[in-house]
Amino acid sequence: MYLTPGLLFSVLGLAALMAPLMTLAANRIVAGEGVMAWDVAALPLVIPGLVAILAGLGLGLLTGRPAVRLAGGVLGLAGLIWLLVQGATAMLDGAGNYARVSPAAGFWCLLVILVLLIADALAALRPRPLARGGLLFAALAVLALVLGSGVLSELSVLQEYASRRDTFMRESLRHLSLSIGSLGAAAVIGFPLGILCHRRAQLKGATLPVLSFLQTIPSLAMFGLMIPILGWVGSTVPGARSIGIAGIGFAPAFLALVLYSLLPVVGNTVAGLASTPPAALEAARGMGMTPAQRLWQVELPLGLPIILTGLRIVLVQNIGLAVIAGLIGGGGFGTFVFQGLNQTATDLILLGALPTVVMALVAAIVMDILVDLTRHGPKDTR
Amino acid sequence: MIEITHITKEYDGVKAVDDVSMTVETGSVTVIVGTSGSGKTTLLRMINRLEEPTSGEVRINGASTLSEEPYILRRRIGYAIQGHGLFPHHTVARNIGAVPQLLKWPADKIRSRVDELLDLFSMEPDQFRDRYPAELSGGQQQRVGVARALASRPDLLLMDEPFGALDPIIRTRAQDDLRRIQQRLGSTIMLVTHDMEEAIRLGDRVAVMDAGKLVQYGTPAEVITTPATRFVADMVGEMERPLRLLSLIPLSDVMESGEADGAPLGPEASLRDALSACLWTGRSAVPVEEDGHITGRVTLQAIRSRAELHK
Repeated sequence: MYLTPGLLFSVLGLAALMAPLMTLAANRIVAGEGVMAWDVAALPLVIPGLVAILAGLGLGLLTGRPAVRLAGGVLGLAGLIWLLVQGATAMLDGAGNYARVSPAAGFWCLLVILVLLIADALAALRPRPLARGGLLFAALAVLALVLGSGVLSELSVLQEYASRRDTFMRESLRHLSLSIGSLGAAAVIGFPLGILCHRRAQLKGATLPVLSFLQTIPSLAMFGLMIPILGWVGSTVPGARSIGIAGIGFAPAFLALVLYSLLPVVGNTVAGLASTPPAALEAARGMGMTPAQRLWQVELPLGLPIILTGLRIVLVQNIGLAVIAGLIGGGGFGTFVFQGLNQTATDLILLGALPTVVMALVAAIVMDILVDLTRHGPKDTR
Repeated sequence: MIEITHITKEYDGVKAVDDVSMTVETGSVTVIVGTSGSGKTTLLRMINRLEEPTSGEVRINGASTLSEEPYILRRRIGYAIQGHGLFPHHTVARNIGAVPQLLKWPADKIRSRVDELLDLFSMEPDQFRDRYPAELSGGQQQRVGVARALASRPDLLLMDEPFGALDPIIRTRAQDDLRRIQQRLGSTIMLVTHDMEEAIRLGDRVAVMDAGKLVQYGTPAEVITTPATRFVADMVGEMERPLRLLSLIPLSDVMESGEADGAPLGPEASLRDALSACLWTGRSAVPVEEDGHITGRVTLQAIRSRAELHK
């Protein structure tokens, strides 16, 4: 018998169950004590969750029945969250005013394994793009419902959230505007540049190496470099300071992200335009299309999936990189991460890191759906 | 009428096409044949200005091709290439309607023209209109490519090795289709090929190119019987010459009254077909049949005397 993903997931899942599911700490700074899955609450409360996880992993073994495996993954995930909800309240009983409960290694491992199980089953089911959008929306709705209902509000990371509710909203918006705004700016610069590079090989030869070089600058160094450069611009160019250009803050972070975005945008625009079959291009020329008509009617539509793939890379990359903006006062989720690092408060770090991961995942899925929707031609031969 | 006068194309001092002059009659098929590197494709591409001539000029119905913008010129000239060049992201209907679209025809006129062309190429419009090129067979893709080139009723149709990517059986059918459609529409066609067989089958006139020069321009029979140079003779093939010549002559030319045994041939069959039938079945004559009636016969003797006539 060879190794199926389902078998791998259930073996790893059982191993993860043997690790502490949650931790109980005396306060938000000190390291906590691990608590095993069956100890997080009274046994009658724990059993349904454990059974659901084991049953879910078991259903995941049924190779060739992706719908059943999907159901197994969802059941296991429900069981895992059930345990977390029970643990969050039960473990704090009589543990003192400053005590904190958090998910531990066992929880995170199980979470990853079950999500992989679901992703694997979904990949086998091949839902159409719009169905994938619906599934994503449903998953986000369930997440919002669980978080909004308050059943997990005793968890340490949500305690951190509760004391920073307003800041969190502001930094979320800041993070979004940093990553999506820089994508927009890179697209505005990169598309025309890519089209020009496609038309003129010399320009391409000069541009792409420079952009590749920018890409190799380590992100911390890039953000650091922006401080003196924009600081100088802010203090010498009249009016620059009044529109918010200074050595630290939003502007240098935004600029650094734009510079990182240019290579994928320009590179994929060039690759997308070059992917047009030569015979189709020759026919387009021979039938009397002007260069602009060839671009809009042939090259761009045929290259769009590749161009959008470039935007997908940029968006996911920028959502991750924007965390570093927190270091130079640019705001975003990085603010919590670096505050947390300074205070050695792991849960504050998580408050910055977890939404970043969710945002990047959502962006990746949404962009994938868009890429699929722009693929032209027969829908069933994909 | 297409008049090509003293046209030359140089690349870095090397003449790809060297001082070629020729005249193509309206409504005829001219096949330009040559080996690769002979300049035949460059010559064709200078007609719709995909290549700009270094010197010389092309006139279509009296007007120089240099008198208008290349992209305007190309919309009046059909262009079909090897490997069809269909737009993979457009349906069959949109592909065929591409040039009328560029010429801003009204939508209903484009739609009826597309259906008309699909019918002409024996492709059921309801079945094929909304398909994508990837959903067609090689022969169907090629037919759509030619239909697209004919869509705006161009003055002239240029074809660059249009059947090069097809397997032999489909190629023969595609050649017959092209002949039939050309006769029906009266189109003027210039076609480039490296295949002398194809040139003789399709051409009213054959132009043989060698090293950038037009070495012979005449009817297929002239090219076969009196090749202008050693190169033309090699292209025709010494051993093939009598058979090639016979393939150009219809049975009606040498038919006589009388009877013969065995399966009949139609009057449009060639003497080569009749010779083949005689040899294969051991007959000395084949009956000729038209509309279900035997109208005469063609004898082996008559074929032989016709083959010797060129001397």
